[in-house]
Parts: sequence; C-alpha cells; structure tokens
Amino acid sequence: MSAGFTPGGPEDWWARQAQKAPEPQLPWPSVPWPPPPASSARQSPTPRLPVPEPSAWQSQVPASSSAPQFPAQQPPVPPSQPPAQQSPAQRSPAPSAPSAPQSPAPWPTARQSPAAQFPPLQSSVPQSSIPWSELWSWLGGRLAVAGRGLALFGLALFGLVLLGALAATLALLPFLTVNLIGTDKRGDAAAAGFLAIVAWLTVGPLLLLWMRSLARLTRKLADRWCGVPIAEPYLPRPWADGGKHGPRQWLGWLLRDQATWRDLAWVAVDGLLGWLLALLPAALLFLGILGVFAPSFASGSIRFLAIVGAAAGLWACPWLLRGYGHFAHSMLAPTKEAELALRVRQLAQTRTEAIDTSAAEIRRIERDLHDGAQARLVAMGMTLDAAGQIIDTNPDAARALLFEARDASVKALAELRDLVRGIHPPVLADRGLTDAIRALALDSPMRIHVVSDLHGRASAPVESAAYFAVSELLANVSKHAEARQTWIDIRHTDDMLRIGVTDNGHGGADPSRGSGLRGIERRLASFDGVLAVSSPPGGPTAVTMEIPCELSLPKTSSSLGTA
Amino acid sequence: MRVVIAEDLFLLRDGLTRMLQAHGLEIVAAVDNGADLLAAVTADKPDVAIVDVRLPPTFTDEGIRAALAARREVPGLPVLVLSQYVEQLYARELLASGSGGIGYLLKDRVFDSAQFVDAVRRVAAGGTAMDPEVIARLLARNTGDGAIAALSPREREVLSLMAEGRSNAAIAQRLVITERAVAKHTASIFLKLDLQPSDDDNRRVLAVLAYLEG
Repeated sequence: MSAGFTPGGPEDWWARQAQKAPEPQLPWPSVPWPPPPASSARQSPTPRLPVPEPSAWQSQVPASSSAPQFPAQQPPVPPSQPPAQQSPAQRSPAPSAPSAPQSPAPWPTARQSPAAQFPPLQSSVPQSSIPWSELWSWLGGRLAVAGRGLALFGLALFGLVLLGALAATLALLPFLTVNLIGTDKRGDAAAAGFLAIVAWLTVGPLLLLWMRSLARLTRKLADRWCGVPIAEPYLPRPWADGGKHGPRQWLGWLLRDQATWRDLAWVAVDGLLGWLLALLPAALLFLGILGVFAPSFASGSIRFLAIVGAAAGLWACPWLLRGYGHFAHSMLAPTKEAELALRVRQLAQTRTEAIDTSAAEIRRIERDLHDGAQARLVAMGMTLDAAGQIIDTNPDAARALLFEARDASVKALAELRDLVRGIHPPVLADRGLTDAIRALALDSPMRIHVVSDLHGRASAPVESAAYFAVSELLANVSKHAEARQTWIDIRHTDDMLRIGVTDNGHGGADPSRGSGLRGIERRLASFDGVLAVSSPPGGPTAVTMEIPCELSLPKTSSSLGTA
Repeated sequence: MRVVIAEDLFLLRDGLTRMLQAHGLEIVAAVDNGADLLAAVTADKPDVAIVDVRLPPTFTDEGIRAALAARREVPGLPVLVLSQYVEQLYARELLASGSGGIGYLLKDRVFDSAQFVDAVRRVAAGGTAMDPEVIARLLARNTGDGAIAALSPREREVLSLMAEGRSNAAIAQRLVITERAVAKHTASIFLKLDLQPSDDDNRRVLAVLAYLEG
C-alpha cells in the first residue's frame, strides 16, 4: 500500500457515482482535467505527457485519487434543467444558468483536504445502532468492486485467448514445415509455408493490435476502477503528420513501438498471475456463500473460516483492486525512456509553435509601428518643418500647422497605447493577473464576476499567457455565446494556476472548429498548460485552464509599504 | 496656487513646471519619486499634487499608491494623477474614498495647456477631473442593469460630463442647454442614484463613483 493511498477510495467513488445526477448538466467537464497532477507527478518524472484532446479527457472518469480535481458535488446548474437536453427553441431567452450569483465560484468554496473529502473507511461502519441504509450502500459498493475485479479477471482470460491465438499463429510455420518437409509433398510444403508467413504478417499484427486495445482498456479501467491513472505509452502514427501511409508504415509503427511488446508481456503476466489479485474478492465471497449455503461444509469451523474469509474479502476488496491497479501500472505505464521520448517530441513541437507565434507577434508589432506611430511622427516632423518655414510670413497658418502637429502626436500616442496594451498591458505589469483580469472585466460589455485567491505573482510569461488567454476567451464569449454573465475564477493550488471561465450563453463551442480555442491551447502548451472545454449545446460553456507554475510573493514597495 | 509635482522623467517634470508657471501657478516642489512626494506634501502643504503613475523604484503603480498615501497623510489633499494609459480600475481606487479633489488624466492632456490648467484648478478646488477616455470606455460598456440604467439618455450624457469634472455651466455650454436645465438633470440623477442632499461637490463625486461601478 503506497503512502498516498486513500482508504475507501473506490467505493466512495461508487457512492459518488450513484449520487451524481446526469452528467451533461455539469457546467464543468465531467473530467475537465487531465490525469490528476499530483498522481501523475508521482508516477512520471515529467509533469505532463502530450496534451490530450479534450474529447479524450471526456472519456476519463475521475479516479478516486487523492489529487484535487473537479468534484462532482458542486455544479452551479440547477439539476432540474439539464441544458444538454434543451432544444434552442425551449430555452428561455434569459436562462438562469449557470447559477445563482451567490455561488459564482465554480470550484468548491472550501477546498477540503483529500482525507476530509474521502472519510476514512471506519466512519462508514455502523457504530452503535445499525444504520441499515448505510450498511446496504457500503455492501453494495463492495459488491460492485468485487464485480469489477471479476470483470478484470475476464479481461485477463481474454488476453490469454489472444496470447494462445498468437502462439498458434507463430507455431504454424515450424509445425507445417516439420510435418510436410519430410514427405515428398514439396509443393504443399512451400504453399503451407507461404500461407504461414502471410498469417504471420496479417493475423499476428492484428492480434498485437487487439492486445493493444486490451491494454488500453485495462489502463482506462485501472484509472476508473482502481484509481490508478496510467498514461499511454504509444508512438504517434507517423502518417498523422501527413507522412506516407501504407501497410509497411503501419507494420513498422506497430512493431517498432516498444510499448507493443510491453503490452504482450502484460497480457502474458496478467493472464498467468495478475488475475489472482482481481479475482480474489469475488472468489472469497463465493467461498463465503458456499460456506453458508452448501451442505457439504458440515464442519462449523470450516463454515466459520469461509464466512470470515468472505468478510475479509469484502473489507479488503478496494485495496486489492488498487493493488491490481498498481501492478498494471508497473507494467503498462510508459517506461522512462518512452516518457522522455514523448516529452522531447512535445517540447520540440511546442517550441516550434512558440517561436512561430512570437515571430508573428513581432512582425505584427513592426507593422503596427511602421504604419502607425512611425508614419505619424514623420507627418508631424513635416508639419513642424512647414510651420517653421512660414512662421515669419504667415503666423496664423503656422499656428494652424502647429495645432495639426499636436493632434497628430495625440493620435500617435493613442496608437502606441493600444499597441502596448496588446503587447503587455501596463496594468498586468503593475498589479499582476488578478487586477489585470479585473480591469479587463471592467472594460467588457458583459457582466463579469471575478473571483481570485492568488497570493503572489506568477512569472511574467505565465501571467501574460494567462491574461491573453482569458482576454481571448472573453472576446469569444461576447462574440459568439450571447451570454449575459460570465464568471472567472482564478486559483493557485498544488503549484498549478487554474483559471475557469464560465458563461451562461448558448454553448456549442467546439475547439476543433474554432481557431481561437486552438490558439489558446497552443500558447498554453508552451508552459505545459492545458485547456479543457465543456460546452454542450444550450450551454453553459465552461473553459478551464491549468498552467503549472509557482507564485512569488507579491512585491511590496520599499518606500510606501502596502499603501 | 501652490503645486507639488512628482514625475520621474526630467523632461516632463521640467516641461510641466514651466507650463504651470507660465499660467501663474507656483511650483513649491518637483520631485522624482513617491517617498519625496510624501515628504513634500507634509512639509509644504500644497494646494494640489500632480503625480505620475509610474515612479521609481518599481515603475509600476507607485504613483497611485503614493497619491492615496499622500491623501491619508494630508486628508483632503487634492491629487491629480497623470498616466500614459488610463484604467477604470485605478479610477475607482482613486475615487473610492468618496471625497473630491481627485483627477485622473492621460499625459496627452498636457498638450492643451489651457484645459489642463483648468483641470488642475478644478481638482485643487475639490472637484474631479476624469479623463474622457475613462468615460468613453465606460460608455462603451453595455450598462444593462443597475441604477445607471434608470437614467435617461440625456441624464447619462450629463453624468458623463459631470464625471469628466465639468461644472454645470460647462455642461450647459457643451450640450447647448440652459444651466437651469442642467441643474434639473443633476437633481434627477442624484435622486435616481439615491444620493442624499448634502454638499453638492461631494454628491457629484459619489454620482461619478456610482457611474464607475456600472
């Protein structure tokens, strides 16, 4: 049992699932965040693997890990109106979603420690008078866990079948050769050999691919059922970037990937030994039932032992399942090498994008200066020169020219101000992220509620990226969402800057269509930041950003104190 | 009128000093940082302090904080804050005390010396001078709800000019109406914003504050 283990995880998850109202009504993605940062940091030396597609995140269900994540218990939407099911016609023009103003914070107002969120196991065990409903729900949770173990056992068996099929395919060639080569049916032998090689090249890889699917399913279930998130180690398809796509590339991609062979090893080990852990709770339970009901267990002591075993199995099954998850993690998680390779690829990509973006920015600034302030200064100089030439002969005209020059300087200043705002807003430099976003909110035509608990300043690049991301999101909201209100929540927990932007507009934002969200995602990726979007048709839209960073203490002025 | 200037750029400090002297104002101190400003306002008791937002050592919002600190040291000290850019956030903070004698202008406004000196005098007299750009950005906002929404378009016009710090006479001239009509509008504004009759100048500041709150 690892130190970070939280007792009673899985069954609590089960209970939470039972309480949870239909998912789409959450304004936050049901799994808005990629694998919980704390656990991923524990399991991998790199903070984050390549940014998963938000759609991929949607498929993950919050593991009952101790890492903070969006808890299901505080959706700001009244459960009575799941927006996903509303047709636009049904929608009232002024939906009250996402929430009453008194709960603008999309995150829990009081973040509890993990231990408080998941009460220790003992507390759910009845103390004095037996609270039956609690006991039943506990029992139900445990039975569900045992059932999941059974399902994992089934997967292991299926893996064994695949393994057998693969072995049979491989054995085909030597078997046929040995059986046919001694005889004088040379032609048959050659045909059989050819067939076997074809089988090697077609059925073999296909089976390997199935095993990959099996391993992927196991990873997903380890996250969902065992609370052990496991990252995917596979190489990206080389033709995803527009390379050649043929059977040879496909085979090379599959066979050259180390993860393929690790999957094979997993299937073998899991099929031979691993399933024991998964099956144990169900098996103990079965024995217990047998002990109670089967007449052959005549001896009282054996019966007693069986019942105790079943109880122990029930009690321990979350731990056993979690153990299975850790076992799977040890074999299925990316190796350090694979992780580093992924990381290098991701860094190379984000670096290229960062360079491209900054080059484009600099070009834009150059153009703005050239066409704006610079041109105006040239015009001003010429006007002043003209004024100087006629000042003796025609003072009135000279005065008019001087006024003209003054107006040009005002315009040049205004343009420079706008330009500076676009490069690095002064209020961001002065006051930091929170006040800069407040200033942004004040300038916006929408009603925007800003809640922040930042104590300190993030590094300037992170602040800038976060600021412009929020700025762009707000622009998106006012352009597309027809929202009346927007909530912005800024937090820093576990070395992670989290910003949520929720609006009560009509939803339907799709990162894969709009270039805006993609652009934000790319910009955040340079900081290992991620973006998650939940925007069911009918709204509300919730965009959440996460950027790993540390805060420095706020600067205090030496001469003025905290004035 | 006795003026203290805090501006870290020598050229601007010098230019401001000359310009204000040319208009007959007395410059009792021209300093280049917030600490010296505090010392100057406590020692010299000027009629008005003109403060740049960016001052050493941090070159951020030192000037705003220095201005607020100076007003705590010398209660009611009129302060005119100058900046290369204006933020509603800062405008609110400056006005938050609800008392007058506050100005917040873009540095560009210095170009029109007559109007600038007028703003300085207005602030020194306990009025307000908000930069038209702050007001313009306010007007760009869709104030869909709140007390401001209850105002008629004309009243909003009057209020925005009032926010710039203009007197009833100046507003009347700008809107080409009589001063009595302006007075009627302001009374109606005060009523709708639920501002109790008191010192008129103070109520004007509170109205502007309500305006800034949106």
